[in-house]
Amino acid sequence: MGELLQKALQRRPRRPGEKPRRGGAITLWALLILMLAWALFHLPDIGRAFTEFGAYLQYKFIRRALAVGLLVSLCASLLGVTLVLKRYSMIGDGLSHVGFGALTVAMALGFVTTDGLPAFLPAGVRAFAARLCGGIAKNPLPFTLVVVVLCAFMLLRISERSRMRGDSAIALISTSALAVGVIVTSMTSGMNVDVYNYMFGSILAMSSGDVWLSAGLSAVVLVLFVLFYPRIFAVTFDEPFARATGVKAGGYNLLIALLTALTVVVGMRMMGTLLISSLIIFPALSSMRVFSRFKSVTISAALISVGCFFVGMMLSCVYSLPTGAGIVAVNLAVFVAFSAIGAVRE
Amino acid sequence: MALMAMNDVTIAFEGTVAVDRVSFEVNPGDYLVIVGENGSGKSTLIRAMLGLVRPRSGRIAYGDGLVKNRIGYLPQQTAAQRDFPASVEEVVLSGCVNRMGTRCFYNKSDRQKAEANMALLDVLKYRKKSFRTLSGGQQQRTLLARALCATDAMLLLDEPVTGLDPAAAAELYDVIRDLNRKHGVAVVMVSHDLGGAMRDANKVLVMNRGMDFFGGVQDYRTKFAEGAVTARG
Repeated sequence: MGELLQKALQRRPRRPGEKPRRGGAITLWALLILMLAWALFHLPDIGRAFTEFGAYLQYKFIRRALAVGLLVSLCASLLGVTLVLKRYSMIGDGLSHVGFGALTVAMALGFVTTDGLPAFLPAGVRAFAARLCGGIAKNPLPFTLVVVVLCAFMLLRISERSRMRGDSAIALISTSALAVGVIVTSMTSGMNVDVYNYMFGSILAMSSGDVWLSAGLSAVVLVLFVLFYPRIFAVTFDEPFARATGVKAGGYNLLIALLTALTVVVGMRMMGTLLISSLIIFPALSSMRVFSRFKSVTISAALISVGCFFVGMMLSCVYSLPTGAGIVAVNLAVFVAFSAIGAVRE
Repeated sequence: MALMAMNDVTIAFEGTVAVDRVSFEVNPGDYLVIVGENGSGKSTLIRAMLGLVRPRSGRIAYGDGLVKNRIGYLPQQTAAQRDFPASVEEVVLSGCVNRMGTRCFYNKSDRQKAEANMALLDVLKYRKKSFRTLSGGQQQRTLLARALCATDAMLLLDEPVTGLDPAAAAELYDVIRDLNRKHGVAVVMVSHDLGGAMRDANKVLVMNRGMDFFGGVQDYRTKFAEGAVTARG
């Protein structure tokens, strides 16, 4: 069946003496010229958008969001290349749902009082537990990080060791986490602005702590990716071969899952639970349409990701669109454009 | 001295014995074909030879310049590789990963080795081309070049002609024979394609959880005459 399909999609081979096809290049150039013409025509608008965005940059929270977002998109795109190629695209989505569940649970812990705890516990334990819960509710990030990292390990274990396939395991865990989150929310605060922000993201959510966290994270991801580049390629391309030549493939998988978990948690409060996985998937997929070497795919994914984030953020500020959705829309546009270029080049 | 000697090796998973008391050795210059039906423990045996599973009892000894992790392995292709964006050069170079030790990047001798092996297997002209656009035979030759980067002594090929058309399969067998005869690389091949694989081999191992037969190709032919093979099912 697959072979039949492949045969049907294959183009007629060029007969000897036939002129080489130039349709591809012509269409590509036409597309580029069209885009340039459009940009020239709208130059004043584009300039205005830039100036307006420049004015936004005087606000500290915008600068923070921009810094965190650019760094997180860089990490997400690099990790995304291996995740997509290893057929783990949905891991980011699954983990972000887990993150949502963990965040809502952390918030709900704020409603725990000393009197609300079972009476058979000693008073000291109850007071300590209540204080701990209050602390988690006030600063939910560490708690969420721990839960998401644990789930990432669990997902990897399940897909490696058991009969259940990786994608079903992810679907199982992500929907369960979402259900827990929704139940906990409805039992305590109800659907309020905070919960809405967790789902769809908020540009206001970034604190200066997040800036440092994301800077550290992206430094770690970049350094590891560069230092282990040959080994990451070997494990991504052919895990059995890599294992046979003594590469500790399990360790690399674990490392990538861990870094993905961190990236997802840092990014999800800005991009939203439902949209963060697009940062992981889109850049890698877009660059795979056009490029056919691992190195060029990786580099172009990083550039696309950072570029799309910047443009999406600018559009969201200037036209007051939701940030996360705006960035995903820009990524989608790039994906469509790259698919067109790829199709034309074939 | 043998490159690899298996001495009374038994491997079991969760109480089931997959490989039962197998002994054989691979000497320099050997061309060993391992045959057996599905579930006969062939793949487990491969994993043991690569050092990926621990035998429950028995010993696997490497010698004569061969060390663990220095076997040139040609695994069966996975579905993910069909649309993997990688150039032939990147794929072949990745075979040098086991020579890197604590280094983080490929060095000049890695690149030279990759280039020499690409030339040897006649894929040097595709070095910048994408792996996914190559034909099945070209892809296998690329992966063979990668395997050669990982070893100096022994190739371990897991069903190398699966999915190739007869012409490409015959060509690949010729390439493997040349590597064995002209370049002195020992070859261990697991195969379903008895006729093709046996043509150039000098030793045969028949797996059936235990070891049904191990010896020279001539002995194999006399012991299992055509009729006997069919009767065994």
